[in-house]
Amino acid sequence: MHDKTFRASMRTLTVLLALLVAFAAAPAALAEEGGYPNVNVNVHDKASLQRGARLFMNYCVGCHSLKYMRYSQMAEGLGLTEQQVMDNLNFTGVKFGEPIVSAMPEADAEKWLGKAPPDLSLEVSARGADWVAAYLKSFYLDPSTASGWNNTVFPNVAMPFPLWQLQGEQVAVMSPPANGEPATIKELKLAQPGSMTPAQYDRAVRDLTAFLTYVSSPDELVRSSMGAWVVLYLVFFTLFALVLKKEYWKDVH
Amino acid sequence: MGAFTQWFNERAPGLGAVYKKHMTEYYAPKNFNVMYYFGSLAMLVLVNQIVTGIFLAMFYTPTAAGAFDSVQYIMRDVNWGWLVRYMHTTGASMFFIVIYLHMFRGLMYGSFKKPRELVWLIGMLIFLVLMAEAFMGYVLPWGNMSFWGAKVIITLFSAVPWFGHTLVTWIMGTFVPGDPTLNRFFALHVVALPLVLLLLVVLHLGALHEVGSNNPDGVEIKKHKNPKGIPLDGIAFHPYYTLKDLVGVGVFLIICAVIIFFAPSVGGFFLEHDNSIPANDLVTPATIKPVWYFSPFYAILRMIPSKGLGVLALAASIVALFLVPWLDRGGVKSIRYRGLGYKIALAIFAIVFFLLGCIGADLTPGWIVSIFGPNADITTIENLFGRILVILYFAFFVFLWVYTFFGFERTRPVPERVTTHA
Repeated sequence: MHDKTFRASMRTLTVLLALLVAFAAAPAALAEEGGYPNVNVNVHDKASLQRGARLFMNYCVGCHSLKYMRYSQMAEGLGLTEQQVMDNLNFTGVKFGEPIVSAMPEADAEKWLGKAPPDLSLEVSARGADWVAAYLKSFYLDPSTASGWNNTVFPNVAMPFPLWQLQGEQVAVMSPPANGEPATIKELKLAQPGSMTPAQYDRAVRDLTAFLTYVSSPDELVRSSMGAWVVLYLVFFTLFALVLKKEYWKDVH
Repeated sequence: MGAFTQWFNERAPGLGAVYKKHMTEYYAPKNFNVMYYFGSLAMLVLVNQIVTGIFLAMFYTPTAAGAFDSVQYIMRDVNWGWLVRYMHTTGASMFFIVIYLHMFRGLMYGSFKKPRELVWLIGMLIFLVLMAEAFMGYVLPWGNMSFWGAKVIITLFSAVPWFGHTLVTWIMGTFVPGDPTLNRFFALHVVALPLVLLLLVVLHLGALHEVGSNNPDGVEIKKHKNPKGIPLDGIAFHPYYTLKDLVGVGVFLIICAVIIFFAPSVGGFFLEHDNSIPANDLVTPATIKPVWYFSPFYAILRMIPSKGLGVLALAASIVALFLVPWLDRGGVKSIRYRGLGYKIALAIFAIVFFLLGCIGADLTPGWIVSIFGPNADITTIENLFGRILVILYFAFFVFLWVYTFFGFERTRPVPERVTTHA
């Protein structure tokens, strides 16, 4: 009888473990969603987040807000002091406890660009880190648009390309039109190199995407390390419960 | 007897009896297997939803202008707000996983059969109320999928003849989901429906404890009692099953903790990407789809070409589940001793339900492209595949009745007493 009990509980345990693995593996399997190359951001790499924040404050915050993130919260997440943030990352002159809001008036932005630049607090949650990274690498010169720039990931986007001095200027290489269908873009070619090499630019995009990933869910910084302890506690709890159950069930025949 | 217990019993003599009846002197079959964990786990999730929900309601603002911001406020500024919210969102999905497994257990072991039809019916009512509760809760964060989901699902009521459109406006309280919708959904989600759920759970357990629990062998343990009137194959719910369920709780919480702490959105299944964008009546999401737990039923709706018939089929797919105790005329409860036909039919039904879920969750276009190539006609193939599944879904219920009513089922002998315990 004991053997039977043991085998049954092992079977149960196996089923539950399989479920657990399936659950843990599901997000990883879906990470490739959308077909964009995996950008592999690491939100636990403070230096990467800090470099990403600097890029954001130099190139993005002119138009885009992070209205759900305060400078003070960012300082904590990035491991910076108030002084460091106020001196190097706050260019709008608002107080330390204020949210990161662009100085550009929304009405003007709409007039200049045709569409108010969206708040980017939740951009990575909405579109995924891979999308954001691919988008930042896919601008190319296109004289037919108002800004002179177009994007293969987000066709006819209203946004001009603020990082062009870093990446350089890409142009579209068209594939020859086949049987009457319009020509399509085959690939993007770097026509005019920027101040960064392609490898450096890739790293800059990864840093910026890591920063935006952190801004999308700041809880991610504490969640996984805390989770390890919670799971460990629950494993012990379950083992004790199992021992207690076995003790009581001794008199069930 | 302690002085306190005595003091208490003198003043409320009935309470001790209630406790005994439902805990220490409720005799459950000793052969419950792993499928029998999900009832108590459903109660655990219900408690989790109520407790975390109370804390969320303290910080949430039920207005179109403030709802989305208040959720971000909870996630970022409220101490432990992210944990409480992830417990609530994960709990919602886990509730359905647990409930679907609990219902499947009922189908496996014939727990819906005489004398437990009422237990099944009340359980189905719980499922129905839970769906309404989950739908309304999903609308509250007021993301873009909340908005469009609310619009699409409420508009389904326009299929009601004569006064359908009036009904839609009456439910929304306005012509496009907005403040009135959010206010009433908040009231229903946090006050009305939880009260109904709690009442139904009490009735579900009350009905169950009156007739006693079924078991994996599908035999009635009350047929063989000892001289004291205790079933020979029964053991006291407390402490035996409270302790056994505690082990199940531990394993279940490990799974929940892995989700909450390491992947709370579960790749966009538990928390959808489009809901990170605030509600916007001018921008339609690329695909409007409900959360995964509604997707099998949503697929049934989508696969029927006419809206009116689609809504009817959707309703019928749930009504059919209510009728199972009367469709199944077979005398044998447990799948262990039922005919091969039932085993195959139930397996197909489970697979069909899962595949319908994949269609409703919009996973099929990707599969079709990878199987038939990029030029495949996705809509035609999906419709063909989906409609076969819809037919198979309903075929299960027809088969169940034909198979048992006309005596086609060849069952195996059912033992007198329970056979295993683990």
